[in-house]
Amino acid sequence: MGRFLLRRFGLALVTLWLLSIIVFVAAHVFPGDVGRRILGPFADPAAVASLNHQLGTDQPILSQYWSWLSGAVTGHLGTSLNYRDSVASLLGRAIGNSAKLGVVAFVLVVPLGILGGIVAALNRDRFLDRFITVAGLSAAVIPEFVWAIVVIILFGVVLRVLPVTAQAPEGSGVLTQLEYLILPAIALVLVLFGYIARITRAGMIEALDADYTRTAALKGLSWATVIRRHVLRNALLPTVAVVASQTGYLIGGLVVIELIFNYPGIGYLLFTAAQKKDFPLLQGGVMFVGLVYLTATLLADIAYSLLNPRIRYGSAE
Amino acid sequence: MDSSKASNAGIARSVPPASVGEVRDSVLEVDDFRLAFQVRGRDRNAIRGVSFSVGRNDSYGLVGESGCGKSTVALAIVKYLPRNAHIQSGAIRVNGADVFQMGNAELRRLRATTVSMVYQNPGAALNPAIRVGDQVAETFRVSGSHRAEALARARAMLVKVQISDPDGVMRRYPHQLSGGMQQRVVIAMALAHNPALLILDEPTTGLDATVEAEVLDLIVALRKEFGISILLISHNLGLVARMCRRIGVLYAGRLVEEGSSDAVLSDPRHPYTVGLLRAVPRWGTSKSHGLLDTIPGLPPAIGANIPGCVFADRCGLVQDICQQQEPQLFELDGGRTSRCFFHEKAHLLPTVEAGPKIASRALAVGAPLVRVEHLSKTFRQDGHPVKGVVDVSLSIRPGEALGLVGESGSGKTTLARVLLGLTPPDAGATIDIEGKALRPQISDRPDDQIRALQMVFQNPGGSLNRRHSVRRIIGRALTRLIGLAGRAREQRILELAQSVRLDRALLDLWPVQLSGGLKQRVAIARAFAGEPRLVIADEPTSALDVSVQAAILNLLVKLQADKGVTYLFISHDLGVVRYLSDRIAVLYLGRLMEVGDAETVFQGPHHPYTEALLSAAPILKGETRERIRLHGEIPNASAPPSGCVFHTRCPRFIGDICVKEEPPLAEQEPGHFIRCHHPIEELRRMQRPAPAPATVPGEPSR
Repeated sequence: MGRFLLRRFGLALVTLWLLSIIVFVAAHVFPGDVGRRILGPFADPAAVASLNHQLGTDQPILSQYWSWLSGAVTGHLGTSLNYRDSVASLLGRAIGNSAKLGVVAFVLVVPLGILGGIVAALNRDRFLDRFITVAGLSAAVIPEFVWAIVVIILFGVVLRVLPVTAQAPEGSGVLTQLEYLILPAIALVLVLFGYIARITRAGMIEALDADYTRTAALKGLSWATVIRRHVLRNALLPTVAVVASQTGYLIGGLVVIELIFNYPGIGYLLFTAAQKKDFPLLQGGVMFVGLVYLTATLLADIAYSLLNPRIRYGSAE
Repeated sequence: MDSSKASNAGIARSVPPASVGEVRDSVLEVDDFRLAFQVRGRDRNAIRGVSFSVGRNDSYGLVGESGCGKSTVALAIVKYLPRNAHIQSGAIRVNGADVFQMGNAELRRLRATTVSMVYQNPGAALNPAIRVGDQVAETFRVSGSHRAEALARARAMLVKVQISDPDGVMRRYPHQLSGGMQQRVVIAMALAHNPALLILDEPTTGLDATVEAEVLDLIVALRKEFGISILLISHNLGLVARMCRRIGVLYAGRLVEEGSSDAVLSDPRHPYTVGLLRAVPRWGTSKSHGLLDTIPGLPPAIGANIPGCVFADRCGLVQDICQQQEPQLFELDGGRTSRCFFHEKAHLLPTVEAGPKIASRALAVGAPLVRVEHLSKTFRQDGHPVKGVVDVSLSIRPGEALGLVGESGSGKTTLARVLLGLTPPDAGATIDIEGKALRPQISDRPDDQIRALQMVFQNPGGSLNRRHSVRRIIGRALTRLIGLAGRAREQRILELAQSVRLDRALLDLWPVQLSGGLKQRVAIARAFAGEPRLVIADEPTSALDVSVQAAILNLLVKLQADKGVTYLFISHDLGVVRYLSDRIAVLYLGRLMEVGDAETVFQGPHHPYTEALLSAAPILKGETRERIRLHGEIPNASAPPSGCVFHTRCPRFIGDICVKEEPPLAEQEPGHFIRCHHPIEELRRMQRPAPAPATVPGEPSR
């Protein structure tokens, strides 16, 4: 298993490196120079040249990449052109906010999705199963910005029970912050619930039909014990992988949700960076999102192998 | 409830085994049991009235082909049925208590302590995520043992099932054990509470013959020790004959014949039983004795409405009355019954595959078709070299069928894959076909060499593209292999379908719409599309029922006679290998141990390994053989034993020389090669049938 994880870790590093190339190239291959793009077509050529010199963008591309990459590895991501502040500290603040929202959404959706999948599988082909499956998938195919607007109108405008922005006033307590985060989290939950429920249901059904479940039942165990001790452990393996991969999705979803709810998280920051052509911030932000995504996947692999002895230990032969 | 069970258990120990026909109390009574599956609101009959009983200390075998309802009956006994199962009538009583009337708690107690089950696929029957020790201990925790006590009892149970390293096995996960070990663990769980009835559902299907023999020995020994009644469910008549006193033949959810296994198998009184027995190659017979008999047609589908005899549509003795009226249960002498109007003349069932005997081909002396020299194949596993095949030199003569036998892990399939160019051999090997060198990789081979070597796989369902129609599957092979197109291709498709007895109406169907036997015919037609010289068949019939197996074997025999094709035939079923093969090669740990004419290899004298393999195979009747038991498992190929690799398990072990020196594969008599330090005369002397039961040298004193 050590070797397995080491390989996974190495792969994650390679992926990050490839991502850094793509991000860097994407920011530098557009026609014209960076200074011109920032200052606009009518700017004074001398100002453009001086900005380029200031940004280092008049250097050869490889040396630019090298200085950016070596900076990134040591945590120096440069200075934001828009905010005139260090990218690292901007990202740090934003990720704190996004993490709050993401955690609230995850804490809601993972248990709900798993529970939904289990209930659906135990009532296979009956009404409850059909209802959970169809409702979950219907909710998932509707984009998060639509859900965001629907929940704002419903809870914020019609019922007036929850605030329509996500950012709590400065200095609010935990509960107030939570109250502000519930609506955006619900929008994310609605999108993610169907996937998690469905994959849990599939894993459950496979485990319920497995021979070892029959063996357990024929030992004379109660059905509840059979489910708890024999079915769930095998059934939830695929769910672990899916939940982790949804972390990446969640960050993508956050861009839109944070915009709609006007919430200063990483998605909001990335969006403004793109709009304002703030390349250092954009590059740093994308790299950071990649890092989060890969870390989540790596953690999922570790969890998966801890649950699955066939990966933890090689086979007999 | 508890007190009644206790008294029953007391009776179980005091009643001696009864003789045939004697009335006695029974552990299991199945009484006119009828069951249907509800599909789209309709009842579809699956079990159409089954009655039998299993006495105390008795052994009962339920035989029949797939889909006849064997497993459904077994699972009904513990009331573990799919949700759409509908019990229409009848009762199943265990120790007198009706299973269908039991509440949840009673049912759990029945499953925990009174009836246990051993399943076909032990690997799947154990939970992959839980350590073996905890899984066995769980059976004791059900009855209220504490964790430590349950683990101690689990360990004791593993010792009972002769697991030599119980502590090591307890710590391991199921996938880290071999199939034979897994089945021992399942048996340990099944016997944990000294059940009154042990149901064995195809307990050894999928295990090697030598492992199968060990598992069966274990069951027999434990049965004696614990006094357990057995219900054995199997498609294998030889196995049932060996294990069971009584036998019931199930067909389309109906028990068609019942009686003592000796009587039923030697003098069957139902045409279905007659047909089944004729479909199995008799021990030691070959294709030169004639084609196998088959049962035409297919069994009725679940839900079919059958007014008369369930077997009428496939029966060679059918009369008008059979179609109109269900035969009553005829009670015959010797306590047997048959559900056939014409049970007295069941043995007159006409043969289906009448025809000229097919002579074993005169073995050509000329140039071999395929010549393999010094073929080795080393795999890498976690950085360690593992020798799959070691220095195999072999000739396959044109037009012969060479049978390849050996336990799993002996390198049979690796050898086949190397020949096909799917796995390149180690450097230094030469493989010729018709005198021309065969490239190691299939992608480097010229078209005519690809055409010359074709393959038929074990699982026809998996080897056919399920998105292609039968016509397209065969047609694609024709286009790819010999570049046929248009009318010529269509013509050839029809010819091939004809030659594998595939109705042309089936050409437009998809593989999922075909039965296993028909799929295998399509696979064979595909393999023959390019007029191959050598067809490698890897367990082509082991996934099929015996009557279907007979038809496929007949087809292979006829194709060989018509087209002069050469076979390399891989199978674990020695009866089948003997039937089809002209010569046999025996592999052990990747080394050839014996090569010779099929008859010579079977008759002996043979290599001690071959001897053990042969004696492990279950046989039908009429032969009493001295059983040679191989102990232990096939050693790990990454660390093979020194000297003769077989010395660790050899029943004819000599001494130091076997440990230190690997014997050569020597031609001990013309055309008969044996790799053993014993001279052939010595082997002949040792292997002569003993006049009186003698102890086998080297056998462990268990």
